[in-house]
Amino acid sequence: MSDLRRSFLDFFVSLKLTIALLALSIILVFWATLAQVRLGVWGVQEEFFRTFFVLGRLPGTDIPVPIFPGGYFLGGLLLINLLAAHTQRFRFTWRKSGIFLTHAGLILLLIGELLAGLLQQDFQMRLDEGQTKDYSESFRSNELVIVDASNPEWDDVVAVPEALLARQKELQHPRLPFRVVPRAYYPNANLTMKDPAKPAGATAAPALASRDIGERVDVTPLPITYRDNERNLPSAFVELIGPEGSLGTWLVSTMMVQPQSFDYAGKTWRLQMRFAREQKPFALTLLDFSHDRYAGTEIPKNFSSRVRIQAEDGSEDREVLIYMNNPLRYQGLTFYQAGFDNNDRTTVFQVVRNPSWVLPYVACTLMTLGLLIQFSIHLVGFVRRRSAGGTATPSATAA
Amino acid sequence: MKRFLPLLALALAVAYVATPFFRGKPRSEFDLEGFGKLPVLVNGRLKPMDTVARTSLLMFQGRQNITTPSGERLHPTAWLLDVLFRAELADRYQHFEVVHPDVLALFQIKEEDGAGKKRFSYAQLSPRLAELDRQAQLAAQTEAQLRNPFQKAVVDLREHLVLYNRLKQSLIPPDSKDVLADYQAWVQGIDAGVAAVRAREQKQPFDEAAANAILSSGQKFEFMANMGYLLTVAPPASAADANAWKPVGAVLLETIQTRQLHPTAMAYAGLAVSWRMGQPEQFNTIVKLYRATLEPRYTERLVKSDFETRFNTAAPFYHATVLYVIVFLLAVFSWLLFPQALGRSALYLMALAWLLTTAGIATRMWLEGRPPVTNLYSSALFVGWGTVGLCVILEVLYRNALGSAAGGVVGFCTLIIAHYLSLSGDTLEMMRAVLDSNFWLATHVVIVTIGYSATYLAGFLGLIYVFRGLFTRSLDARTADTLNRMVYGIICFATLFSFAGTVLGGIWADQSWGRFWGWDPKENGALIIVLWNALILHARWGGLVRTRGLMALAIFGNIVTSWSWFGTNMLGIGLHSYGFMDAAFYALLGFALTQLTAIGLANLPQRFWRSRAALAGAR
Repeated sequence: MSDLRRSFLDFFVSLKLTIALLALSIILVFWATLAQVRLGVWGVQEEFFRTFFVLGRLPGTDIPVPIFPGGYFLGGLLLINLLAAHTQRFRFTWRKSGIFLTHAGLILLLIGELLAGLLQQDFQMRLDEGQTKDYSESFRSNELVIVDASNPEWDDVVAVPEALLARQKELQHPRLPFRVVPRAYYPNANLTMKDPAKPAGATAAPALASRDIGERVDVTPLPITYRDNERNLPSAFVELIGPEGSLGTWLVSTMMVQPQSFDYAGKTWRLQMRFAREQKPFALTLLDFSHDRYAGTEIPKNFSSRVRIQAEDGSEDREVLIYMNNPLRYQGLTFYQAGFDNNDRTTVFQVVRNPSWVLPYVACTLMTLGLLIQFSIHLVGFVRRRSAGGTATPSATAA
Repeated sequence: MKRFLPLLALALAVAYVATPFFRGKPRSEFDLEGFGKLPVLVNGRLKPMDTVARTSLLMFQGRQNITTPSGERLHPTAWLLDVLFRAELADRYQHFEVVHPDVLALFQIKEEDGAGKKRFSYAQLSPRLAELDRQAQLAAQTEAQLRNPFQKAVVDLREHLVLYNRLKQSLIPPDSKDVLADYQAWVQGIDAGVAAVRAREQKQPFDEAAANAILSSGQKFEFMANMGYLLTVAPPASAADANAWKPVGAVLLETIQTRQLHPTAMAYAGLAVSWRMGQPEQFNTIVKLYRATLEPRYTERLVKSDFETRFNTAAPFYHATVLYVIVFLLAVFSWLLFPQALGRSALYLMALAWLLTTAGIATRMWLEGRPPVTNLYSSALFVGWGTVGLCVILEVLYRNALGSAAGGVVGFCTLIIAHYLSLSGDTLEMMRAVLDSNFWLATHVVIVTIGYSATYLAGFLGLIYVFRGLFTRSLDARTADTLNRMVYGIICFATLFSFAGTVLGGIWADQSWGRFWGWDPKENGALIIVLWNALILHARWGGLVRTRGLMALAIFGNIVTSWSWFGTNMLGIGLHSYGFMDAAFYALLGFALTQLTAIGLANLPQRFWRSRAALAGAR
């Protein structure tokens, strides 16, 4: 029994495991870099790094099988390997203080990356000149919103995440006098107006809509895109069922800019599928966007957005300039200049929330210090040996 | 004799490096140097005419030498003057390189028609320009990275021809027989012309000749204003933006309002006439007078412009390339005979070449006002500089010509890579907004590049070990042991720098993009280098590899670094994809194959090693 325990421990403590993990990590990172051409940077993070296994498909089927260890797997094992080595094998000496620091930093770095993967949130905010927004939008997730618009003062919003639509789960919510029943969901689809002269193509989805614009539109499902410069535009058919029966089936899609309205139970309701929003307790107004180029060229010299921040509670009202390499940091969020559009009249900010941002700084400081100390010890030893006498003693197991 | 050999070699090399300065001014009655120093704004940067001439020639034909059909060798500035002022002559100069057989067929020309069987004149190409346009349009529908060699050749050639035509439209209307007379007629005809055009618009009787004259000249000047490649007219002293230079065509059009020809347009017209008529005194006087008008406002720019011209003439990187070849040869021969004398000569020459590249890089930094690495070209220079710098240190410490041999090879290779990268145009580019941060360029980019340098150096020392051990008897136990320790030390250094550089990159990303790490290809590339170096160190510490294994791993580091340096740029994705390149993929693949072969050789059993007897004592 203790033999088994010993060999089990040996496995996790061994330097060979470290080397194997490093080699596998290199392959994973390289593979993921190549896969970015196809999957884009977000897809790669999901499928290679923030996962225990890289999945492949059995040939000819859709059955996923693990084909390579993923980021969590390798990072986790590396963490165990490091901790085990330090508790079992290493004995602290001053000569090894550098290695200790480096490894402590590495442990922090791995934990930091894990936390970043779990906690970091990315949004986008598009603002036309003069426009004010108090929310940012997700790049990737969408939501179905059902708005009780009967009060002119405010809207009462029920937001249904896309994932629930995808699972086609029936929904009942205390604020809604009807149940929401998803009938069909397409993660990416194109909409075209029905043409009576031309019947819908073979690829078109079955038309289920019985209300509003959905009756006049064909839905053509598209493959899911992972490209960085494209996003999926999901569509769904949603039936609303009240106590006395069905209200009808609506087509909702992020391709429709305007919400659809209807009256029920004495109230006006609005129904819309839109990019998932995150409301902020403050609003940004784009006052001016400028895009400077170098004289006589199209090479961008600078992009900058002058924006006004107004906090909801009136505690803040000021102007800031956001430009390349100079983001706005406000209330735990970082707004950076990510792009522009619309003939330089629209600015696009990336909005990032990363509560664990401080960990990499600490980790990297530790590691850099550790490497400096360790290699300085080597260097001093080397110089001493050289000055002691021309032929230095070979050092097979330095460190 | 042998004692003085190193000093003699050094003296000869210094003389060689200094030749451009002794050769003096270009042999011409015309003040070519003065004209070459005149500043123009191109691609956002104020640069001397000399640079425009040289980079254009490099783009068109991959070299700066140019010979007229009558066999006369031209200074690049003289060539540029002919393009600008005597287009009818320049059209017959064979300065467009065309090598793709299908492109030759497209123009219905044969290799034999070209200078050096590959360079052709505008006159030879012009009959089939419409077809080239059509082909280039077809090729443009394919994404740049996916174009086949023919499509690339077509698009490149068309760009070169467009650039050539834009140069011709820069300073005077190229078809004008007598520029000064034409300008005079233009100014005098403005009043009548404007009146005639107005009358015509109001459907009243008008002077048809006057209206036509002003319209046809106006069209010509407008074309110049739109097409002119050189922005030569400095903004007026009152202008807010000192960089708002204009093409001559624009100020010619402004004459309609001002009724006065702009002095810069007049100056270049005067230069055109005197260059055409062969009047050097007049030409030189105009150059001097025109320069004097810029002197008070652009003093600092003119100093830079003058220095850049001298820098172009000195060609420090070219001379260093030649020196590195000699360094490598001297170092290799020193293992076979006269180790002292040849080894020391190699060290001296390597130090000289390194100083030369140091001066070159420093000059570029001063001209640009930027840290050393701003684009792919400058990273090639800097990787070479860093590696050779380390080699000089190694050589001073060990005196066994190993450092010199590695320095010679890496110095040569990086400068050759830099040369090829320079063929796409001026290498002193303006910084794109994303990268416009001197602080981070100076820290992250420089440190990460030194990390590349060190990783390469370890790899090349590994190659030296394998080739000396396998193919010569010169690798004795002591040298093998020294190499082992050198490679180990360099890898420690490489780990430190590539790690610190990568981390600084993360901090830059966090500061400006709000995330520390984004799995961008360039970031991944840097990470792979760090991981690889860490792997080598752990393998050595764990006793999993001995000397030969260490060398094989270090050689693989060459592939890893090349991938990070160039391969990631070929993917064309991510925030870092500034160093765009479309070909070179096969070069990278070929390099990787040679390195894999070397690793294979390193693993050959002992009995194949010619140095096995000498190595017997080593591990």
